[in-house]
Amino acid sequence: MNDAIEAIAARIKSAQAQGEPLRIRGGGSKDFYGGAHQGAVLSTGSLKGIIAYEPSELVLTARAGTPLAEIEATLRERGQMLAFEPPHFAAPATFGGCIAAGLSGPRRAYAGSVRDFVLGVRLLDGKGDDLRFGGQVMKNVAGFDLSRLLTGSMGTLGVILEASVKVLPLPVAEATLRFEHTAASAIALLNEWGGQPLPLSASAWRGGELFVRLSGARAAVDAALHALGGEQFDAATATDLWQDIREQRDAFFDSALPLWRLSIKSTTPPLNLAGRQLIEWGGSLRWLATDADAATVHEAARYGGGHATLFRGGDKCAGVFQPLPAAMMAIHRKLKQALDPAGIFNRGRLYPDF
Amino acid sequence: MTNPVAEPVNQIRQREVVRALSGVLPDAALLFEREDVQPYECDGLSAYRRLPMVVALPDSEEQVRDILRICHRLRVPVVARGAGTGLSGGALPPADGVLLSLARFMRILDVDPASRTARVQPGVRNLAISEAAAPLGLYYAPDPSSQIACSIGGNVAENAGGMHCLKYGLTVHNILKLRAWTIDGELLEIGGDGLDAAGYDLLALMTGSEGLLAVITEITVKLLPKPVRAQCILAAFDDMGRAGQAVANVIAAGIIPAGLEMMDQITTRAVEPFVNAGYPLDAVAILLCEADGNDAEVAEEIARMTAVLQDSGATEIRVSKNEAERLRFWAGRKAAFPAAGRVSPDYYCMDGTIPKKALAPVLNAITALSAKYGLRCMNVFHAGDGNLHPLILYDANRAGELERTEQFGAEILKLSIDAGGTITGEHGVGVEKIDSMCLQFGGAELAAFHAVKAAFDEHALLNPGKAVPTLHRCAEFGRMHVHAGQLKFAEMERF
Ligand SMILES: Cc1cc2nc3c(=O)[nH]c(=O)nc-3n(C[C@H](O)[C@H](O)[C@H](O)COP(=O)(O)OP(=O)(O)OC[C@H]3O[C@@H](n4cnc5c(N)ncnc54)[C@H](O)[C@@H]3O)c2cc1C
Repeated sequence: MNDAIEAIAARIKSAQAQGEPLRIRGGGSKDFYGGAHQGAVLSTGSLKGIIAYEPSELVLTARAGTPLAEIEATLRERGQMLAFEPPHFAAPATFGGCIAAGLSGPRRAYAGSVRDFVLGVRLLDGKGDDLRFGGQVMKNVAGFDLSRLLTGSMGTLGVILEASVKVLPLPVAEATLRFEHTAASAIALLNEWGGQPLPLSASAWRGGELFVRLSGARAAVDAALHALGGEQFDAATATDLWQDIREQRDAFFDSALPLWRLSIKSTTPPLNLAGRQLIEWGGSLRWLATDADAATVHEAARYGGGHATLFRGGDKCAGVFQPLPAAMMAIHRKLKQALDPAGIFNRGRLYPDF
Repeated sequence: MTNPVAEPVNQIRQREVVRALSGVLPDAALLFEREDVQPYECDGLSAYRRLPMVVALPDSEEQVRDILRICHRLRVPVVARGAGTGLSGGALPPADGVLLSLARFMRILDVDPASRTARVQPGVRNLAISEAAAPLGLYYAPDPSSQIACSIGGNVAENAGGMHCLKYGLTVHNILKLRAWTIDGELLEIGGDGLDAAGYDLLALMTGSEGLLAVITEITVKLLPKPVRAQCILAAFDDMGRAGQAVANVIAAGIIPAGLEMMDQITTRAVEPFVNAGYPLDAVAILLCEADGNDAEVAEEIARMTAVLQDSGATEIRVSKNEAERLRFWAGRKAAFPAAGRVSPDYYCMDGTIPKKALAPVLNAITALSAKYGLRCMNVFHAGDGNLHPLILYDANRAGELERTEQFGAEILKLSIDAGGTITGEHGVGVEKIDSMCLQFGGAELAAFHAVKAAFDEHALLNPGKAVPTLHRCAEFGRMHVHAGQLKFAEMERF
């Protein structure tokens, strides 16, 4: 393994010397996501394998190129899971890519996001230095939290070599309910339920149907089923539904229109924009298939106290992530400079400026 | 630990800074006479004291911005201070700079029941948020033992945890948005009303950054629905190792208790006279193991946990029969720090975090160190996430005890690192553990921390000398460490 790491470090050093852009790639399952690619591919494929996994510690450490599917299968065997339900989007999805992209699935609003579960990372920075931040323990405030800063940074700050994440036990019981509601009443209900001690673990609304998943102790799920009413799905249908939403295979995502992701305040009323919407995360995530222009979508996101991302399709030239205020952008540029002084990693993948 | 340092105030500099600040602050918000600044000489780690040159007490964001701009222009160090309950000297004032108190930022700006969030100023006390949300059936989950006193701004700066963090997360998991000001007076709006934000995760970077990156003036926190009910198990063990193993067994059984805390015998014996909790005083250690949720759920989880604890060799198991009994179980845990203060003139609280499998060997090693240094040590801690809080009992008035305590503490931190853990789980590095950072991180990591610091604060004016040691300091420390086998906390140098 050291040879593989040394080879990557050597590649980084030569790229740094020449100011040559490098495009970090795991399984390529999220090639579509983020700004357009630049530079030669630097693969993490040589970094494979789970390094440590002890169920009673609730911690798993694996190399970046390990298939996400392998990690999830290993956890399932021991009755545990990645509670943030990361989308794979394609079979070769890797662990490192999952952390660098920072995308979470249906359980996110109720269990937390990728970054909430990241405990430590090992990376090669833009100088090829081998750095370790965080660790394998649940609580750690020694030094700045660079592991979480790396999470979702789209590979612009370094090559993640390994990461440690907190894992959780699989819920003992799970059930999915279906209701019929307009978008507005679904948003109101989801927020109302969010304020009650219910074992919610996922929600989705599209085309007049609201789905919610309950997970937890058998008694808690049973009580909530009773309290909420609705039509209960059988286990297989429910699993497919949440898998399809997580992996964007649901019919909603069959669209030639650009797909936007708006992360906003959960109580924001239905977006008054052209196109179709799918609402997740208790109201705080809105998927929008629309041909509305970027400025209009950004404005809607700002109105909801959040931000919009051009997730799939559309014109990426102006950048896919919502532009930042000048003071925030200045800090971003300096952080990039701090970890990747020659600006070689994933140029333009996060913001066109760097 | 250094004793009060009577550094002479540079009066010319002091006059210059006071004059500049009096342009943006009323007289009553600017302190510089010795007797006025004295109350700010230390935080909760009182072994370190230093008088600030100036104390500023702003009450508006404009004032904070202007103070920072002035200090930036005049190159004056600035240390933010919340409630001053920190346990690592993070708010130790600068002798040549401004202590910026956020104590007047006390307003709860908004509690929104629909989105389950509260927007608060940094000086608001942790518990006050839950009190304000209680009528709505909501609360703010992170509950440090200091919650009646500590500020939410300080909680963010330290990434504070509490008894219920095992299930509900730390500060970083329970906040959404910050307004913060860089040293050059630029506003950063970090995070958002959604669950994530565009760009780098500066919300996570700010959390636990110990006042080194920016001054926080507003925080939006998440509120959670209050569980219908909670119940607690008190399990006694006649062996430290078995108690440690029981903790791992509970987690391995797929249970995430709402709280999982351990107290050793010295602790139960110290607290019992004050709280009359009825702790089994012959037990070597006790575990407090809590379940919350609805009635049926709690009953189910209590039954599962009881079975695991029994199988793990508990010598006695009591389940709280009512709310009064549950609170009695917890009373001793909550009174542990004050009790330490009553059974010993001074105590020194450590904060290493280790993997759960290392609990038994590390606790045994601490017992051995306790004998070696001739100092008693109470262990009362967040067992579920492996966050130790050894309280070393000493008497500062006895020659040499403070030094022995320091050495004992440093050895515990080394043990934590060697066990695959960290020197601090929730109290921060501050000035106290700055040398131990040299053991936990290599030069390349420290250089990266400095680069991140410089991205926010090029001239290292915010909380200088804290949290991240200079490479030079580590080189010195390494020499001391090797040669003398005894470390002296030399006067802090600039970042
Ligand atoms: C008896 C006792 C029990 C404790 N129990 C716990 C516990 O269970 N869990 C736990 O995590 N901690 C605990 N602590 C430690 C302490 O209460 C926490 O670290 C708390 O978060 C500090 O808050 P404060 O307002 O007192 O901050 P201060 O002590 O005033 O400051 C702490 C740090 O934060 C910085 N800071 C403060 N406000 C701001 C701001 N607005 N912007 C930028 N930086 C700022 C300061 O510069 C300093 O570095 C305990 C302390 C005591 C005395």
